[in-house]
Amino acid sequence: MSIKINILTKSLWAYHAATSPCNNCDIEILDVFTPRHDVERFGIVLAGSVRHADVLVVTGVPNFKTKERLKKLYAQAARPCFVVAVGGCACGRIMFRDSYNSPCAVDEVIPVDVYIPGCPPKPEAIIAGIVKLIDKIKGKK
Amino acid sequence: MSHKVVIPIGPYHPLQEEPEFFRLYVEGEKVVDIDIVIGYMHRGIEELSEHKHYDQVAFLVERICGICSTSHPFAYVNAVEDLGKIQVPERALYIRTIIAELERIHSHLLWLGLAGHFIGYNTVWMWAWRYREPVLDLFETISGNRNHYAMMKVGGVRRDIRDEDIPIIRKTLDELTSATEMFKGAVMDDPVIQWRLKGVGILTRQQALEWSAVGPTARASGINIDVRRDDPYGAYDRVKWNVIIQKEGDIFAKTVVRILELFESISIIRQCLDAMPKGPIDADVQEIPPGEGIGRVEAPRGECFHYVRSDGTNRPVRHKIRAPSYMNVATNKVAAPGGTISDAALTLAAVDPCYCCTERTAVIERPSEKKIMNGWDLIEKSRQKTKHFLITRGK
Repeated sequence: MSIKINILTKSLWAYHAATSPCNNCDIEILDVFTPRHDVERFGIVLAGSVRHADVLVVTGVPNFKTKERLKKLYAQAARPCFVVAVGGCACGRIMFRDSYNSPCAVDEVIPVDVYIPGCPPKPEAIIAGIVKLIDKIKGKK
Repeated sequence: MSHKVVIPIGPYHPLQEEPEFFRLYVEGEKVVDIDIVIGYMHRGIEELSEHKHYDQVAFLVERICGICSTSHPFAYVNAVEDLGKIQVPERALYIRTIIAELERIHSHLLWLGLAGHFIGYNTVWMWAWRYREPVLDLFETISGNRNHYAMMKVGGVRRDIRDEDIPIIRKTLDELTSATEMFKGAVMDDPVIQWRLKGVGILTRQQALEWSAVGPTARASGINIDVRRDDPYGAYDRVKWNVIIQKEGDIFAKTVVRILELFESISIIRQCLDAMPKGPIDADVQEIPPGEGIGRVEAPRGECFHYVRSDGTNRPVRHKIRAPSYMNVATNKVAAPGGTISDAALTLAAVDPCYCCTERTAVIERPSEKKIMNGWDLIEKSRQKTKHFLITRGK
């Protein structure tokens, strides 16, 4: 493991991309940063731009408009960029499977590293997912 | 003469939770016009709901919005009950009211926090979201999930409020009252917040009427409108409460309306817990007759409207949804111009916009030569052809 990647595990910066969710996962993600759960004590911060971020947190099922934007966001991100899909929609499109405006799940657009299912996942589940991501970066199984 | 510059906000912008796109036309620091481009959150829910049966639709409309995730199912079940003339047991009405008011508390606290975040006052954000957590815990106690409670069902509610939970609810409400009192003092008497919010993003009474604003946005502009009082549903006609109205129409007035509504919500829940009778929580619904029905609910953001048409089968033939933000977002067109760029983002957020509620339609621009024509275009085309004949054939 290179020094750069090792340093990444100490402080992950996350960029939050909402690709037509119902807002609930987004609120739970923000909730993770507020006093009760407060992941900032682990060095995890929300970044304002995807160019500053190490993790792209994606919620919702991409539609025709956001699909292209998501591709662009991933292309703009500095490497390495890890992708976390939060919520049932991002993981597998759940009840929007038959919708005319949701052509694909997130992992058909960009590669996904960690899936956090749930509708919405609890903040504890999101933190557990991030811990798994850090383990994955470190090369543990 | 100054030069008009376009400043894009979005679709992915650090200030916004949801992808949406605004074009600010500015002259110097001053915003002169604004364009709103939406359609990033469209998921085709109205069409999906026509392929699900009546019980499934309640779960689907819950996923329209995560913040008002009881208002949409509530309006939907009101519409179906109006259509089928279904009598709902008394206890279910009270439980519905309690859930709807708890949701209003959590939604208003969420907005307060975000507004604090937008003006760079992160203390307010952290406070508000901290006091919001006990409300979510209540939801978890009652329904098993922090958001998306799945309480609404045609003919009643899915889960009862157990007797042993009622003391927990009362205790949380007591804590919440003292927290809200503290909040009221901290936000409404804070000179910095007053300087920052007073006189910014003013929506006058006339403008609010012209742009059909609803909910707290309209009430902050002096319009006395509230579906809970005007067209009572649930148990709102059985409890006493006040409609909060402010005259100024600026962002400070919107904040005051929302903070004072927290107290009214707490009072409504307390009265409901006192008056809630024992009994069944759902009616036996056999089948939905052909016909049409409407349901209106005062969501935290304003009037939420659902229309359902049935042909006697187990699926709705048409399900129309109009969310409150649909009207409120459009008021930015008059509220934002005249302010500065630094106020524009705040004005856009002040109506508590919920774009995933709003976007019931999407226009997708694709690089193609095809043009969609309306009737006038066709008539124009026909006239051109006639003209062309007249010229080419020399008549």
